[in-house]
Amino acid sequence: MSNEIAILGAGMHPWGKWGKNFVEYGVHAAREALADAGVPWQDVQFVSGGATIRCGYPGYVAGATMAQALGWQGAEVNTSYAACASGSQALAAARSKILSGACDVALVVGADTTPKGFLAPAKGYRPEDPDWVRFYLGVTNPTYFGLYARRRMDLYGDTLEDFAAVKVKNAKIGMHNPRARYKKEFSLEDVANSAMVADPLRLMDICATSDGGAALIVSSLEYAKKIGKGDAPRVAAISTVTPTFASSVVEMPDIATDSAAADGVDPTNFRASLPVKAYEEAGIGPEDVSLAEVYDLSTALELDWIEDLQLCERGDAAKLLRDGDTSVGGKIPVNASGGLACFGEAVPAQALAQVCELTWQLRGEAGGRQVEGAKVGITANQGLFGHGSSVIVKK
Amino acid sequence: MSDKPLAPAIEGWHTMDMDQPHLIGTRCVKCGTYSFPKQSGFCKNPDCDSTEFEEVELSRTGTVWSYTNACYKPPEPFVAPDPFVPYALAAVTLEKEQMTILGQVVEGVGVEDLKVGMPMELVLETLHEDEEDTKVTWKWRPAAA
Repeated sequence: MSNEIAILGAGMHPWGKWGKNFVEYGVHAAREALADAGVPWQDVQFVSGGATIRCGYPGYVAGATMAQALGWQGAEVNTSYAACASGSQALAAARSKILSGACDVALVVGADTTPKGFLAPAKGYRPEDPDWVRFYLGVTNPTYFGLYARRRMDLYGDTLEDFAAVKVKNAKIGMHNPRARYKKEFSLEDVANSAMVADPLRLMDICATSDGGAALIVSSLEYAKKIGKGDAPRVAAISTVTPTFASSVVEMPDIATDSAAADGVDPTNFRASLPVKAYEEAGIGPEDVSLAEVYDLSTALELDWIEDLQLCERGDAAKLLRDGDTSVGGKIPVNASGGLACFGEAVPAQALAQVCELTWQLRGEAGGRQVEGAKVGITANQGLFGHGSSVIVKK
Repeated sequence: MSDKPLAPAIEGWHTMDMDQPHLIGTRCVKCGTYSFPKQSGFCKNPDCDSTEFEEVELSRTGTVWSYTNACYKPPEPFVAPDPFVPYALAAVTLEKEQMTILGQVVEGVGVEDLKVGMPMELVLETLHEDEEDTKVTWKWRPAAA
């Protein structure tokens, strides 16, 4: 039996700072995905939502909230929360339901409305909460991004200009994405003139938080054939593995890594482990990949991901960038959507937005940002508390 | 510096030896896995089912894994001086414990003074003051050659 499911439709509400209820974004994305799939809402048997923790109870039960907003029609519902990987976990839940034969067609949807300013932890004196501890000690999200970026500079010789070039590249292609929040070209000077936040990263090296919504209609291959969409792109793998002890890269929100001092314990790299399972499950290798959508929370992090996805040797990502290989038209385009640099992060929608982009790319419908002849795409993302995902979509 | 008494910002996470301070962690008595902050109840090693841990003082020297700084005031619960003074941060790898620990770098040392692989040592320095105490915490400082 094949482990693949078909992607019949994709939809997104444009990213931005709209200030509306997250449900509006989710419904917009869901309706667009349904129309794209040509599937009536009444035929959807399972609604799998990515939760948002910033929008009260309706956000915790996002699957049901969206099902109600679209009009209760008796579908089964599920809600997944896995930080930045929530969308992929919601997709994985839909895949399990479909592959087990319990349903034919499912809606996967995630949406978020973000507050203004820093995402601060809950109040009080709470040293048992690592997220409280690190803010108390002066460790913010950009601290971690800064650490990773500095390490690249000292180990591999990456430069500030390399990091800025990632922003320039993503801005240049993201301009052609009608769903992106920032549709404007930036120069190396623009980035260099923006304020330093967490050395070596400047304001324009770090992604913003955004409102947005993304949705997919997925089905069994039989259902896809039945409605004349046998050639729809397929989800070939979903990896949502946890880290393996001893995780040796200091990760948000922790103040320390695991210890690899015990006998038989080796240090591991969580980010690099995520695509390993995806490649294995899809039965393909990095050499088969036509394009990648990676979680560029910072410009420098895009370079880490390229190596984690094994698209080049460790330390060589900046060379790939300098040679234009990661631009659309290059050997292995990365973030043809414009990435988080052009979107900003809408947590429960972001992993789904990555899959939406791969879907349009593989169908040849990405307009001015089309990667010619795209056959296989891979996503990668990582969130707090050991969450992350990598999804492979193929023709 | 005021003349308020010194108190740890977080109770029990480090010794209060102002000269040669140590972070206080735990070591699993069965498999030898270290933890910081202290671990109790269960071991993080998936091959170990131990529930016994001994409190240990961690090595107070290590090498820089990486470093950065904070140019903007973090949100609460961070208590920032007014005006805010940027500070550097470093993640330092401890050889014996095979783990990396993040902390601020002492005042007066910036990213331009740091390099991956550089030896560092642990010291205590003021994090902030409250009405009663000067709250101190661990910070990293380039080790004297």
